[in-house]
Amino acid sequence: MIKVQYIYILFGLLMAYVTFLSFRDRSNPKRWLTGAFWGLFALIYLLGDVIPPMYAGIMVILMSLIAGLGGVRAGKHQESSIEERESRLKRLGNKIFIPAISIPLVTVIFVLFIKDMKINGQVLLDEKNATLVSLGIACVIALILSVVMLKDKWTQPFKESRRLFDAISWAAVLPQMLATLGGLFAVAGVGGVIAKLLSSVIPVDNRFVVVLVYAVGMALFTMIMGNAFAAFPVLTAGIGLPLIVIKHGGDPAIMAAIGMFSGYCGTLLTPMAANFNIVPAALLDLQDQHAVIKAQAPTAILLLIVNVFLMYFLVF
Amino acid sequence: MFTLIGILIVIIGFALRFNPLLVVTVAGVVTGIAAGLSVEKILTTFGEAFVKNRTLSIVFLTLPIIGILERHGLKEQAQKLISKIKTATTGRLLVIYLFIRELTAALGLTSMFGHAQTVRPLVAPMAEGASQNKYGKLPQSLRDKIKSYSAATDNVGLFFGEDIFIAFGAVLLMVGFFAQHGMQIEPLHIAIWGIPTAIAAFIIHATRLFVLDRQIQREMENKSAPENEVTGKE
Repeated sequence: MIKVQYIYILFGLLMAYVTFLSFRDRSNPKRWLTGAFWGLFALIYLLGDVIPPMYAGIMVILMSLIAGLGGVRAGKHQESSIEERESRLKRLGNKIFIPAISIPLVTVIFVLFIKDMKINGQVLLDEKNATLVSLGIACVIALILSVVMLKDKWTQPFKESRRLFDAISWAAVLPQMLATLGGLFAVAGVGGVIAKLLSSVIPVDNRFVVVLVYAVGMALFTMIMGNAFAAFPVLTAGIGLPLIVIKHGGDPAIMAAIGMFSGYCGTLLTPMAANFNIVPAALLDLQDQHAVIKAQAPTAILLLIVNVFLMYFLVF
Repeated sequence: MFTLIGILIVIIGFALRFNPLLVVTVAGVVTGIAAGLSVEKILTTFGEAFVKNRTLSIVFLTLPIIGILERHGLKEQAQKLISKIKTATTGRLLVIYLFIRELTAALGLTSMFGHAQTVRPLVAPMAEGASQNKYGKLPQSLRDKIKSYSAATDNVGLFFGEDIFIAFGAVLLMVGFFAQHGMQIEPLHIAIWGIPTAIAAFIIHATRLFVLDRQIQREMENKSAPENEVTGKE
């Protein structure tokens, strides 16, 4: 079976190579710190399952210290000139899309057809993470395809990936760090305190106000946690279930469906959802790291209003 | 109440634009201390959660491929391709992407597209290219705006499509939550009631994309004297 751990090791090896290149790049005045940052990241992927969690925790905090003190810098990269690219393109033309499209295509083929296939009674892909494993396999295939088609050196894709990692910089690690914060919030019982606070101040007899507080509360709490999945159990146990379902006789399925979507409106509005909002801004070389959130905000707010009314009219 | 101090640190830290990684770490440590956890327990929670969430960075495995293709002119070719479609505009292109993204997510194919796989190498250059073909070189502010709308479109399509898929994690999480509270809810029931919001999301965001087309048109036509040209190089 292809386990998700193999994909982690693949990623760890990629990061190890990025680390090696960073250490060697004399044009970067902070090359040792930059390399150390990527190196720690690589180690967590390569050895995450064997390092005792407490030491992994120390490594994580070290990484954030390096980033916080400005230790992660971009190195020098040789970008191809427009003329070079034009002349290379003449040969390939639209065929250059084949490796690019092979990533989604192979992913889908694996998810749809190969996921449930069995060899000697064993499923082929890690069941819990079938899509991610498929994406990993698709990347390997696309990589081989692109190097062969472009007739480039085998090390070149990895050198190019360092250019992109340097552009994303510490933001690459932020999603995982935020998930970690969510874990700590949960251990400390932050959600319960907020739900209690909210339910103690609202007039519980007014149906509309209850729906409003639940939907907007989902959005706000998601903004804090960066994740609607973390907000849902807390607010539904604190407000949704006791007030909307039990007190006012609302339909739990409708409440849950629209409530979760209200949380997603919050996801569109928060830098805490870094993988959706901050990483893409870095990935697209945007000057303003909140540019994606700003582009989403009107959609999110309008949709949240629609959700409040949808829930009010559908749930009872 | 004291446990909420972590939230305060996050809000202030983000507002003052400190390094987010550092802000989040400090907020986590302080929350842990406020909740009376030992240093070992805090470190262990950090380590466990970080290792458990390794799935979040797997999408970066696409970067070597995107990088090498960009070196050979993927973005330029994407812009060339879009220039052959005369009716293409930034807004129309993004509406089509929104539709495909939402539909495939509703079918459970969430990793098929994404910021690294499709937005950076294909969608954003095409969206930019469509306006460039019409109006010539775009100012940097407009290019950034088009790029940020491309990323936003991916998010909106993904979020409001995926909950319609009954086997998606969020739906199963909701079913599991009600089961814990002694209530039996059918996944299909939840998925169906996600459809009205999914449609509303499409209508709202698609409308905004058409408005974006108008804004681009207005801005470019109002430019009497052409500004310093920006090269197409990233």
